[in-house]
Amino acid sequence: MPTSVEDLINPGVDDVIADSKLHGNIDPAQDQTMVLNMGPQHPSTHGVLRVVLEVDGESVVALAPDIGYLHTGIEKTCEAKFYQQVVPLTDRIDYLCPMTNNLTYCLAVEKLLQLEIPERAQYLRVLLNELTRLNSHLVWLGTHAMDIGALTVFLYCFREREEILRIFEMVAGQRMMTSYFRIGGLSMEPPIDFYDRVRNFLKIMPEKIAEYENLLTGNPIWMGRLKNVGHLSAADAIALGVTGPPLRASGVDWDLRRDMPYSGYEKFKFEVPVSQVGDVWARYEVRMKEMYESVKIATQALEGLPEGRITADAPKIVLPDREQMKTQMESLIHHFKIVTEGFAVPAGQVYQGVESPRGEMGYFVVSDGTAKPFRVHMRNPSFATLQALETMCKGRLLADVVAVIGSIDIVLGEIDR
Amino acid sequence: MPATTLEKAEVLEQMAANPAVAALSSLLIDARFALNELTITVPKDQIVAAVKAVQAAGYNFMEDVTCVDWYPSEPRFHVTYHILSHSLKERVRLIAPVGSEDLSIDSITDVWPSANFYEREVFDLFGVHFGGHPNLRRIMMPDDWKGHPLRKDYPVEGYR
Repeated sequence: MPTSVEDLINPGVDDVIADSKLHGNIDPAQDQTMVLNMGPQHPSTHGVLRVVLEVDGESVVALAPDIGYLHTGIEKTCEAKFYQQVVPLTDRIDYLCPMTNNLTYCLAVEKLLQLEIPERAQYLRVLLNELTRLNSHLVWLGTHAMDIGALTVFLYCFREREEILRIFEMVAGQRMMTSYFRIGGLSMEPPIDFYDRVRNFLKIMPEKIAEYENLLTGNPIWMGRLKNVGHLSAADAIALGVTGPPLRASGVDWDLRRDMPYSGYEKFKFEVPVSQVGDVWARYEVRMKEMYESVKIATQALEGLPEGRITADAPKIVLPDREQMKTQMESLIHHFKIVTEGFAVPAGQVYQGVESPRGEMGYFVVSDGTAKPFRVHMRNPSFATLQALETMCKGRLLADVVAVIGSIDIVLGEIDR
Repeated sequence: MPATTLEKAEVLEQMAANPAVAALSSLLIDARFALNELTITVPKDQIVAAVKAVQAAGYNFMEDVTCVDWYPSEPRFHVTYHILSHSLKERVRLIAPVGSEDLSIDSITDVWPSANFYEREVFDLFGVHFGGHPNLRRIMMPDDWKGHPLRKDYPVEGYR
């Protein structure tokens, strides 16, 4: 085992084989297995993921994911920024669910500050988070189907995703890196035509999901590639840290939105789809059902949207309105102070977990009482889920690896941070 | 939002019924309940025993292993574990302080295999060694990288 950094230079394929031996696997020299490199540039690895496989004929004997190609040191960068300047960094972690990252970070800091968030802001956050879930699941479905060879679904999914991105653009002025949430609420009121647009979208969405299911669910090729592939038992899923849809597809009935509610999720009625099978097909089924539930939650949030403020009543933390800032001396001072020196957050440690489209997204924020976070750590669902890849692929065919990677819905930006 | 903060003596007295406090009452060196979160500090040589004790107490899901560098104060590194209970619907934070004179701690991969990647990440970015880890190699940084970037004495811009 390496003990110093110098020992670690250039581990190549040989070291990966050595690692796989540590897992109790077959020695390639004796059994004539072959080591195969997949990625880091490969269309079905959904980003810059390298997987080194040991194959015996066509079946996978051992597998080791190699990550870190996208490491940008976001956690380190956070320590050099004011609390409010970290929000745009959180978008960049996961390009498919920026709003969920925003929300988790804001909730963690708000917990440290003990801020009370108005109900209207909570409802809008829930609404946008469920749209984010739809957005993420649509990309998952499109790319997963494309990996398997069903190209049409991709175009259908991106048609609806486009509408979600336009809705995001309406509220945030940005399609993907939204940074719309602020510590203490939201950055601004949504425009007036936002509500009609969302309402129309939510009205047509269930039949669109039915349309995707129509294209895939009864399709014999789709069934053949997905059913009885990549099994993960509930015990393995828990031992390997798997969360979100893959965990629920393995039969563990756990959803943070229902079981440890945040941002007012306890006020919404929804089902948590669970499957007992634990294969790739079960993950497909669970996510498809989740999309219907997301539409339900978003509709409830839109129809029940209360009136009121969208930011907490905390002038030293939340930036004042433009008009107030231009007309009131005190607001101008607050604005100047927040922008130039930030705001101090009481010392403490907080962990906030949120059910992101991929599983449990957690932010661990440590404050030492200054205006900059002492430590920000992100617990990302894909990072843990990737560890289960070997369990799911071992003994299966090489072609199934593609189906399994698609079914765990990883985003490499989030893994490497 | 309730802002009750309980220190060690109060936690041991008022939260004695809490499964995590009950399981660790003989091991803990500090305990704190703040912002609705329970934090228990255990000595680093007892971490595997502590983790097994909370697992037996119903905390079945290891969410996260990370580290906080309190440079220049000692013990410098606080290896932090977040452990969730699906049945109790609550989580506990375990902290194991690691001083800079001996940067090693036992790995908990035998209890929860999911700690594998997390401990590699802490090793990579903080330089804390996990004894008994099956594959302790860098995970984020290139393999020939010098230094551990998330340490507080490592400049944000890197060395140029």
